Amino acid sequence: MPDIRIRHCLSHFSLDTEFSLENQWTVIFGPSGAGKTTLLRVIAGLEEPASGRIQLGGRILLDTANGISVPAGRRSIGYVTQQPALFPHLTARENVAFGIRHLDRDRRAKRVAEMLRLFGAEAIADHPAPHLSGGERKRVALARALGPAPELLLLDEPLAGLDDASAQDILSRLLSLKVHVLYVSHDLAEIWRMPAAVIFLESGRVTAVGPLREVLATHRERLLRQLSV
Amino acid sequence: MDLQALWLTLRLATTTTILLLAIGIPLAYWLASARSRLRPIVEAITTLPILLPPTVLGFYLLVLLGPHTAFGRLTSRLLGHPVAFSFSGLIIGSVLYSLPFAVQPLTAGFRAIDAALIEQGRLLGAGRLRILTGVFLPLSVHSVVAASALCFTHTVGEFGVVLMIGGDIPGTTRTLSIAIYDQVQEFSYSAANRTSLLLVCISACALILLYTRRARVGAPHA
Repeated sequence: MPDIRIRHCLSHFSLDTEFSLENQWTVIFGPSGAGKTTLLRVIAGLEEPASGRIQLGGRILLDTANGISVPAGRRSIGYVTQQPALFPHLTARENVAFGIRHLDRDRRAKRVAEMLRLFGAEAIADHPAPHLSGGERKRVALARALGPAPELLLLDEPLAGLDDASAQDILSRLLSLKVHVLYVSHDLAEIWRMPAAVIFLESGRVTAVGPLREVLATHRERLLRQLSV
Repeated sequence: MDLQALWLTLRLATTTTILLLAIGIPLAYWLASARSRLRPIVEAITTLPILLPPTVLGFYLLVLLGPHTAFGRLTSRLLGHPVAFSFSGLIIGSVLYSLPFAVQPLTAGFRAIDAALIEQGRLLGAGRLRILTGVFLPLSVHSVVAASALCFTHTVGEFGVVLMIGGDIPGTTRTLSIAIYDQVQEFSYSAANRTSLLLVCISACALILLYTRRARVGAPHA
């Protein structure tokens, strides 16, 4: 079970959080500027916090007190952002293969095909990344992040900007995965149907944790007020 | 036409360009990605040859590579001959003199790469070498071509550094630009005109190739 404790101080912002991902799906919910993306970046290993401890399964990824900080590429964490950063000089297939170079050619080709199929992107496998539509890019980015079989998948508003049909299709495919997912959103409608726990983040601090519907029901007024600011 | 000088100049420009890419790519990668405090100092040193008069650079190289310094004696022993007034000396001088013409376009190209792509590379387990070969270089082909064209043409047209470090030895250090100087000294203006025209053609061809490629690829800058 991923266990996360982070204190991250920047000149203009401080993040102080402590939580465990007990559910397979956990949604980090909060208004813009609450620190959701910063939190994901620290967990992914793209930013170093002032202090903190992150444990994933039995592995300690970060323990500033003991000088431990596992590099991003060895954390077994996939990270997909709102703008999927596909390598523009590669095809969809090559993008997915980028993170699994350690596999031999046959196993790599099989894994790439499996990941593209998982997100309904087999037909665009040989299309160059710049020729893909927004929805196709997100499918390929998800397939690429899952290629190395991460233990934790970080998703930062991955469905933003998609039409409802594409968003629903991708979401239903994501929900069928057997991986811990930490999902950032500020869209109540998007997360309402997710079988997830929710962490409500305000100004860098966790202010509510629990099953999604419970937290939303208990803090409904405050959540709506915060989100409408 | 001094064919010996033409051949020597082409050999010098090709060797210098290859060496500058081998040195410039890792150096530009470091300049574009490192957070070291030494970065501005290294950047200033690599840019210095643009501002230095070529004769100044050539003079210091002549002193450094001469028999009166430990470095000069060491390089002489390693190469089996004195470096000053030799083709090896010309290469060392040319590499130093054209270093900014390799490093600057490469660094600009590397810095223009979206940081999100580099982060994805790191997240997918790529080390520094793989990020260089798998992300930076394929996305900076135009900068590599620009650096190569600039280094080649700049070396072809060198005069001051070449004269100081190499002198004017036919077949060893007499390049086309030195040959033009000799031809003018001998009042052979028509020969000097032909050699000069050849230099103009070489430089123009390299730049036309570069800009044609840029127009085809649609790259906004070097």
